[in-house]
Parts: sequence; structure tokens; C-alpha cells
Amino acid sequence: MPGQDDAGTVGAVTGPGGATTATARLPDRQAPPPAGGPPAGPGNIGPGNIGPGNTGPGNTGPAVQGPRRARRRSSPGARRDARWFYGLTTPWMIGFVLFGGGPIVASAVISLTNWSLLSNPRWVGLRNYRQLFHDSSFWTALWNTLYFGGGSVAVSMVCTFSLALLLNLNVRGIWFFRLVFYLPTVTTGIATALLWEDLLHPDYGLINRLLALVGIQGPGWLSSNNWAMPALIMMSVWGAGNTVVIYLAGLQGVPRTLHEAASIDGAGWWGRLWHVTLPMMSPVIFFNVITGFIASMQAYVLILIMTNGGPGNATLVLGLYIYREAFQYFNLGYASAAAWVLLVLIVAITAVQFLIGRRWVYAESMRKGA
Amino acid sequence: MAAQADAMVATRRARRAGRVTAYLLLIVGALAFVLPFLWMVSTALKGDKEVVQYPPDFLPTSFHWGNFVAAWQALPFNTFLMNSAIITVASVIGSVIFSTMSAYAFARLRARWRPAMFGLMLATMMIPGEVIVVPDFILFNKLRLVNTFWPIILPMWFGNAFFIFLLRQFISTIPPELDEAARIDGAGHLRILFRILVPQMKPAIATVTVFSFIFSWNNFLYPLIYLRDQSKYTMPLGLQLFVSSQYITKYNQMMAISLLMLLPVVILFLIAQRAFIRGVTLTGLGGR
Repeated sequence: MPGQDDAGTVGAVTGPGGATTATARLPDRQAPPPAGGPPAGPGNIGPGNIGPGNTGPGNTGPAVQGPRRARRRSSPGARRDARWFYGLTTPWMIGFVLFGGGPIVASAVISLTNWSLLSNPRWVGLRNYRQLFHDSSFWTALWNTLYFGGGSVAVSMVCTFSLALLLNLNVRGIWFFRLVFYLPTVTTGIATALLWEDLLHPDYGLINRLLALVGIQGPGWLSSNNWAMPALIMMSVWGAGNTVVIYLAGLQGVPRTLHEAASIDGAGWWGRLWHVTLPMMSPVIFFNVITGFIASMQAYVLILIMTNGGPGNATLVLGLYIYREAFQYFNLGYASAAAWVLLVLIVAITAVQFLIGRRWVYAESMRKGA
Repeated sequence: MAAQADAMVATRRARRAGRVTAYLLLIVGALAFVLPFLWMVSTALKGDKEVVQYPPDFLPTSFHWGNFVAAWQALPFNTFLMNSAIITVASVIGSVIFSTMSAYAFARLRARWRPAMFGLMLATMMIPGEVIVVPDFILFNKLRLVNTFWPIILPMWFGNAFFIFLLRQFISTIPPELDEAARIDGAGHLRILFRILVPQMKPAIATVTVFSFIFSWNNFLYPLIYLRDQSKYTMPLGLQLFVSSQYITKYNQMMAISLLMLLPVVILFLIAQRAFIRGVTLTGLGGR
């Protein structure tokens, strides 16, 4: 099978890095796979995974029947293992308290106070939330967050899936193309921002010049109330290489035999796409939609650099709103309240997507179970 | 017979047509992705007048390599580079070592709270940064660490659930018989981890290294929030400063600095690209 080199020469999960620099700290694409159920990733916990290496032979006498033996908590080897476990995960536990779970709780408490760092925090109950709901720019930010999130997910799903289909072809030199499509994703956020400001310039910009070549008068993009957001969405697609790679990895996993069987039944390219590829890929699509939404609803660093929410409030998203309240006006309590609204919003949307997902995601496990 | 041969010729022809279309689409798509970069290079090499001329040309009339030097000297970019290097190297080393340790524990050691902790760890990967950023700012402010590199480095050392998850998934694919044998020989956990598993984990460790390098090198928000003195600025902040200062019209120099900033990441990416796809597959995201 020439050219069927392993998936992607180019890949990467979204880890840290990429265009959504800020949010990347909470990496977006590593949640457990959609159909997997509880957040326990593929085959993690549970006895199945705990090879004989742990409490097995070598430590404590002869290897007796695995499970029963292992469950005995008092065996010295098991206790030593447990101590090592807690020792080795101490860095993570510190991190969890300081940079994960701890801040979540702290943020909830802070959101109920008035705090400017200079003075002591003052308890105000739900007043921050009431104030938030009476602030018209908060509602603008909320709407814009949904606009940007929905828009960039919708546009990028179509574009990235088509790209992945293209990049999955068996043609010579495909590694080069895979590389090219991934490059924007590793590009420094600020450089991306500068580049696009230049490209989108109403007069000098490359994009409007290209449009002029075909006789279209380009819009003012970032300086236009109506076009600033579409411009930012376009940019986010350009940096969506991670999504492409995840699709690519998924496409490589679609069994060849299914395609062959469909061809024998007379299915053309379109038929195979519609009846084989898309159903088989639906868990991956679902995963990308979920994580894409979570990530894009948090994205704001590029927006901060490029438009700072403008023109007017046309591109003010919640992340930016929170950033301003926290680090420009030092309303830490108020900012935390807004952050919690965002968190709740993200969780709610994700939950709804999971509910809807049941209807359209094809789960191999369901078929096997039947 | 003849009909069959005709059909074969037809399918071959159709296949060739498909191939040509594929190449055309690929080339058009690649152009859309590469054109912005070419524009960047072209702008970086234009003269001061040429860069603001309207309508702009695609190509510079002559190559002004001096833009790179001029831009670099306009602000203390040597300092910025140094700061970025310190933060990046410290972050990468710390995150790789600590994540590997935790990953080993999650993959191979049994403890009562392990399942719960693992679930918590996965859950933290979905917390929006907006929720964390304020409490952490207060924390570092109380610790008097604002305007130092620590608030940028420490979260990379201790906070990275994604890296732990990725490495753990990889360790789970290594047969446990390997460490078992070492245990019988009396090897301790650290020895098993660093002498036996780590050499087997090269692709995963390379992936984590590249990810944390890219993230730290490109990190804009944390330095923006925590670094006050210009002498502590990192490369992204320096670039931002360059834009907001009087150099606003010097698009060519701006692009020159941007290109220089891209260089390490692109080089690293080219070196490590093979490891990346393993990263995707082993987290169980692909190949479903």
C-alpha cells in the first residue's frame, strides 16, 4: 500500500500552542472521546488495566490469583505502591489545588465579593450577578461569544473536514501539503494577529486586493461593525490545523473494507462519503464540535490584540469583558462573576450537545452491544 | 472481452481525472494557507516607502535584509529573547519531568484514590482559563511574585493535565512485563521509570516537549498580566510593544520580527512532526 503512511506527518492535538494561545492552557482537545461515557478515557481505570506488574509476583510471595490478591489492602507491596503513587503525583496535586480545582472554588467565593486588590474584599452576595444582568455590554458580549463560538465551529467544521478528506488522499508529496496546512497552527498568536491586520486592511490588504481583481469591492473588515466578526471567524479557521489532524487520524481509522464493500454495491464517491465515511466519523465530528465550541467560547487573546472588542462593541466577547474588568478596572469580584456565567454557559451548551449528539452520533459500541 | 477492456480503460481514465482534480484542489487550498506567509516574507523585505504605497505590490522591488537588523535594534530584543528563552526552557524541563512522574503513577501504580484523582484531572482540562486567571492573580499577588517569571513558569510545571494524560496513555501501551522483570531484579520505581520506560517513551516525550515549547514560547496572556518592567518582557510582549510604539507604520520591520519569532517554532515543528501524529493516536482521539 504505497503512500499509506501513518496518518499524518503533520499532526498534533491541540495542546498548548496554536492560535488560541490563552485558552490553550486548558487544552481543548483532550477530553475523553465522546462515546466513551464517563470522563475516564479509553481503558483507563479498572482492574483490566492494572497489569500484573503492580502487586504481582516479585513483591509478595508467589503470584496468587490476580484480582483477589490485589484487593487485599494490607499487603506491604500494595501499600508501598500507594505511597509512591501519592508521592509521584504530588506535583499534580499541588497544581490542582493552585491552578485547577482550587481557583474554581476561590472564583465562586470571590464572585460574591467586591474586591479591588487595594482594599479588603467586601461581601456583597449576589449583587455582582444582578449588576451583570443589568449591564448592556455584558449582554452584547454574551451574544458575541455565542456568535463567535457558533460561527467559528460551523465554518471550521465544514472547512476542516473537507481539508482532512483532501489530505487523506494517497498522492505523491502529500506530506508537504499536510505540513503547509498545519503551519498556521504553530504560528505565534501575536504574529498571526499582525499578519491578519495587514491582510484585512480595507485599502492595502491582500484580501481586498484579491477581491478587487474579481470585481468585488471588499468590506472594511476589522473596522466595520458587520464584518469584524466574520473576519475573526475566518482567521480562526486558518489556525484550525489541530482539528484537521484529528479528522485525519479518524479518517485513517475508517475500515477500508467498508469502502470496498460500498463500491461493489455501486456507491460512487459521494455515496461512500455520505453512507460510509460520515457515519463512521460521527464520533470524531462530535468530539471536534464539543471541544471546538468549548475552546472558541473562551478565545479572546487574538481579539484583544486585533480589535480590542471594537469597533464599538462589535467584537467584545466574554473573555475580553472579563479580562478588562479584572486587569484594567480591577473589579476582581465582578470579573469572577462574569467568569462563572461563562463557565455555566459552556457546561450547559456542552450538556445540550451531548443530548443532541445521541441522535446523530453513530457509536460502534451500541452496535456491538446489540 | 473487448467490453471489459474498455471498462478498464474507462476506470483508469476516471482515476487519473480524479487524481488531477485532487492535486488542483490541494494546490489551491495550500495557496490559501501559504499566501499569508508569503505576504509576510514579502512585506518584511520591502523598503520603508514601498510598504505603505498604494496599491501595494506583491513582491518587493529589492530585498531589504536590513529590516531585520533595524527591527531587532529598535527595542531591546536581545533582552526579550533572553527572557523568553529562560521561561521556555524552565517550563519545558519542569513540565516534562513532573508530567512523566505523574503519568507513571497514574498508569502503573495502584492507590485507593487513583480513579477519583484521574477523573478530577480530566475534568480540569475543561475549565475555562477565565475562571482561573483571577484567583491565580490574587494568589501570585499575595506571594509577591507579580513581575517575576514564576507565575508564568509554575502553572506549566504543576498544572498540566493534558501532558499527564497523553504520557499516561502512552505508558499504558507499553507491556507491563517490562517493568515487572525489572522489579524482580529489585529495581525501584524511579529506576523503572527513568531507565526502562522513558527510553521507550521517546515519541510521547517529544510530543510533550514540542507542545510545551510552543505554548511557552507563544504565551502572550500570562506575561501580559504578570510582567510589568520592560526589562522582563518576553518576545511576544516585545513584539506588541513594537507595534504600539512609534513603529506603527513600519509594517516591514514588524513582519521581520514576526518572522524571526516563528523561526524556532517552525524548526522544532519540522524536526518533531513525526512524533505529533503518535500523540493524536495515543490519546485515543483518532482511529476510532
